[in-house]
Parts: sequence; C-alpha cells; structure tokens
Amino acid sequence: MDQGIASAGSGGTLLEIRDLVVQYPSANGWLTVVDHVSISVGRNDIVCIVGESGSGKSVTVQAALGLVQPKGGRVRSGSVKFDGQELVGMSNRQLNRIRGDAIGFIFQEPMSSLNPAYTVGDQIAEVVRRHRGVSRQEAWKRAVAVMDRVHIASAASRANDYPHQFSGGMRQRVMIAMAIACDPRLLIADEPTTALDVTIQARILEVLEELQAESGMSVLFITHDLGVVAEIARSVVVMYGAQVVEAAPVEELFRNPRHPYTSGLLEAMPQVALDRGHAPVAIPGVVAQAHSWPKGCRFHPRCGYCQPEVCAAAPVPLIPDDHGYVRCSRAAELRSVLGKAATERTIPVMT
Amino acid sequence: MPVTPAAVALPPASGFVRRFCRNRTAMISLCILVLITLVAIFAPYLAPQDPARSSLRAIMKPPSLKYLLGSDDLGRDVLSRLIFASRLSLIASVQAVVIALGIGLPLGLISGYVGGWVDAIIMRFNDALMSFPALILAVVIVGMMGPSLTNAMTAIGLVYAPRVMRVVRGSTLSVRQEVYITSARATGCGDARIILRHVLPNVMGPLVVQSTVLMGQALLAEAGLSFLGLGVQPPEASWGSILGSAFPYMQRSPVPTIAAGLVISVTVLCFNLVGDGIRDSVGRMRRAGD
Repeated sequence: MDQGIASAGSGGTLLEIRDLVVQYPSANGWLTVVDHVSISVGRNDIVCIVGESGSGKSVTVQAALGLVQPKGGRVRSGSVKFDGQELVGMSNRQLNRIRGDAIGFIFQEPMSSLNPAYTVGDQIAEVVRRHRGVSRQEAWKRAVAVMDRVHIASAASRANDYPHQFSGGMRQRVMIAMAIACDPRLLIADEPTTALDVTIQARILEVLEELQAESGMSVLFITHDLGVVAEIARSVVVMYGAQVVEAAPVEELFRNPRHPYTSGLLEAMPQVALDRGHAPVAIPGVVAQAHSWPKGCRFHPRCGYCQPEVCAAAPVPLIPDDHGYVRCSRAAELRSVLGKAATERTIPVMT
Repeated sequence: MPVTPAAVALPPASGFVRRFCRNRTAMISLCILVLITLVAIFAPYLAPQDPARSSLRAIMKPPSLKYLLGSDDLGRDVLSRLIFASRLSLIASVQAVVIALGIGLPLGLISGYVGGWVDAIIMRFNDALMSFPALILAVVIVGMMGPSLTNAMTAIGLVYAPRVMRVVRGSTLSVRQEVYITSARATGCGDARIILRHVLPNVMGPLVVQSTVLMGQALLAEAGLSFLGLGVQPPEASWGSILGSAFPYMQRSPVPTIAAGLVISVTVLCFNLVGDGIRDSVGRMRRAGD
C-alpha cells in the first residue's frame, strides 16, 4: 500500500458541497441547522471551517457523509459531490464503501470515539480489512504501520492495548491512524484538537500537516480556534447561524476580514489581541439559536456595525467579492474600517 | 461474521477480575455455585444411594448414617435425590435463560438500535407480556402445552424474555448515542456490523448481570412450577418437586422439606449475589475507565 503522492496544486475540486440544507426534527417541525451552505475543497488543499459552537459546522460535514440521518436528521436539499460522485441520496451500502476508505473522519472527542471493547489495533485493522479485503495479518501489519506513522511510540506492542490505556493525545493519534489507514483522498477532522491540552494540540497539528504534505490528501478541518486556522489552513470558511458568512484564502481573511463577525473572532483571539497590546475582546451576546433566527442578518443583534434599517430588514445573500464570499449588507462600506481595525486598532490593555 | 480472538465479551478483563475477586460475598457465592455444578456433573459418583430405589422398610425415616437427610414417603434417600435433582434444576434454569436470551437479546438490540415504530411495536408487546405475573403466565402456558419440564422452562423463558429485552434495549439506546458508533459508521460500517461488532460487546456487561439474576429466578420459578406438579414429572425429580412431595409430610418428617428448601434458597441467593458482584465490578470499571 504505497502513498499516492499528488503533485502540489494539481488543481480541481475534490469535495464540492453546494447549497446544503440540513434539518433536525423539533417540537415545532423541522429545524434548519445548516442553511444553504456551500464549501469546496480542492485536491491537496487544507480548508478550515470556523465558527462558534452551534453554527452548524459539524453538522454540515456529518450530513455530507450521511452521518446525521441515523440520528434523525435529514438533508432537505443541496448536493455533495466527492470526486464527481453525488453523495446525497446515495445508498448506505455505497456510502460505506467510501467512508473510511476514500474519506477518513476524525471526531472531536478522542475519549469516546474509540470502542472500549476492542484493542486499538483491532479497530484499525478492522477498517483496513473491510475496505481492502486483505488477510488478518496484513491488516494488523498495516495498523501497526499507520500507528507508527502518527508517531505512537512502540506501535507494535501498543496496538494490543485498549483505548482506556491511552492518554487523550495518544487516543487522538489512534483516531488519526484509523482515519488514514486506507490512504484517504480526503480527511475530515471535526475539531480534532479541541479536547486536548495546548501542547498536545500542537503535536497533533504537526502530525496532520506532515501526513498531508506526504500524501497530498485534502483536509477539511473544523475548528473554533483561529490560532489553529492560522497554523494550517490555506482557505477558510466562516460559519455563523447555520450559514456561511465569509469565505476567503487564509492570509486574506486575517489581513482583511470582510465580515464584522470574522473581525470580531479575530479581536477575540488572545494571540492577535495581545500582540497588538490590548486584551482580547469578546463578541457581545450569545449565538443565535436555530429556532429563533433574528430577522435579516443573523448576526445583526451582536454586530457593532449594525444599522437596523439595513441589517434587520431582509435576509442577506452571500455576495462574491474579489477573494471569496461575504454575507453582509454593508460589506463594501465596512471594508476599509474592518481592514483597518484588523491591522491598526489598539485598545488600552485592561487588567 | 469474523470475530477476532481478541474480541472479548467484557471490556478489559484484568481490572474486572481483580475487583470481582476482592468482593468476598460474590466470590463465596461463586464458589458455592461451582460446587453445586460439580455435584450435578458428578452426581452418579457422589450420591450414596440410587435415588429411585424405594424401600418399604425405610419410609420417612429421620436422618441416620444410612439416610443422611432422612428418607421420603416412598422410602428413597433424600440426599441422593437432591444430588441427582441438581442436574435437572440447573439444566432447567439454563434452558429458561437461554430461551429468554434467544428471544430478548435480538429483539432488544433491534428495538433499541432501529427505534421508531419498530421499537414502539416491540415495546408494546413487551409491556403486555410484562403486565402478567410471571408465574401465573407460566402456569397458563404449561396448562395449554401440557405439564413437562421442557414446557415449563419454555414458558419461563418466554416470560423472562421481556426482562432481558428491556435491559438490552436500554443499554443499546445509550450505546447508540456514543461517538464511537458514529465513528464506526464514518469508517464505513453497515448497520448489521455496527450492531454485532460495536453495540453487542458494550451491552454485554448489563446482560451478564441480568442473566445471572435470571438464573436464580428461573430456578425459583422451576421449583414453584414443579412444586405445583406443573414442571418435572415423576419419576424424575427437581429440587422443587422434592420439596413439593416432602411438604405434605412436613409435620412427621421435617428434614427433607427443610433440606430441599435450603438448597433452593442458597442457590438462588448465590446467583443473585454473583449477579450483584458482577454488576458492581463492571460498574466500577466503567467509572474508572472513563
């Protein structure tokens, strides 16, 4: 099983999520938790989805792989194309051939995403055996090899251990090993570092970057941590209130945020804020809930640049601009203000 | 279904075994149960006399060296009869529990995993069956199928199936929500594989506890049915039927009644205590493991 190394920037789209609408049942009928979200991931690309909890980022990718249906959710409309194949409406049997093979998935909680009843080697080998149909010994060898690749020390003996014998960071490595066991073309990582210590986070990110560089697989990375974004992303999709509010290449997003929400996220970053000599500024208010979206722009009640007559009137469309997309009625006027804020604004340090 | 040898019924055993061994009550109970099982297996070598041989000269004798626990109304040695009866009693209990598991386990897994209207239908049948007193329902079933030990234990198995099902369904419902189930699905596991490989091993803990407790209850139910003459038929004997035949003469010769009653009570108690011990050990492991 050799690594198919794609030439960097080979171009083309690997994953294309278009106008995806996902709903969950509630007491008052279906609740839209992902609202016409479009995301595309190129080959050999690293895309980050950023947003607060409840913005719909996890549900978007889980729905794309048909993982919300067993939990009662449904994909109302939209399309998900993976390597030209339409995944929405695909039978579970067909999806099962893709999941775990061409698409690897890492979950947020390393503590609970491994089955406590089997050794980790067994669990990785099981994935290999199912997708590759190789012998038991070969699958086991492969399991040890991928554990070694994610830098688990003495992988051969640790493969015989049960998940509870691993620390959080090591378990997340096991999860990564399982996700890459079949050389996926796309790796989806759903907040893989959120539950870990900062130091462990850095190690895990290194492992992911290294694997990506070696194999040329595409990575779709979900996080709420802009520090992580700055570290690994090539392009960024910002989600708020079940919608995409901004999409841009990573440098562009950090230098020139177009959406007040993105700007707010940047100001709330300790690294960025302290660097400029002021304390992190939290975005006031709480995330809007799916059952009570504000009228008009979903962010306007929390937005410092809100003009009620403009922002609360009608739903705001996603407008293309020179680098990506932004969903703000005042994007054009705010452009210079937000750009300036991102680079120059200093606020006296509050202690 | 390929099952790797390393796939164990209960999660990492070492801690579980250690904790169980430290539980003195459970260990003693387990030893008694093992002893009783050994007695049942080696009954022909252990019984001092032929349990079926009656003697007109030894009717309802009090305990003596020849008849350690006395003799019954037909002049048979009570100790030998109890030793041989342990075979039928244990086999009958196992039979009932196996039937209860055979029905309850798959239905519980399906009900808990699939949910929705499938769950609703299975659960309503379950509720209906649970609303009957177990022994009365068994009496009715035996009444329809005719008295025999197999019929009686089939009836008991049917009656206990809903209890197994409830436990399995409950655990399945909680296991189904675990991230590792979604994670398994994300690696391309189909539903059947998820149920067998990922849900089943994780409902095994509560299931083992429930089965152990049911063993005791099935033994008791068998004793009750045989006491009433609805279970084992003469000349074969189970503990319940020995108790039943000794009971009318309790005033003249109390030892056989007390002995049979004691054997039943102790065995049932041991099953319950072992069940509790397993539950405690598994429970503590779960908490320590997370």
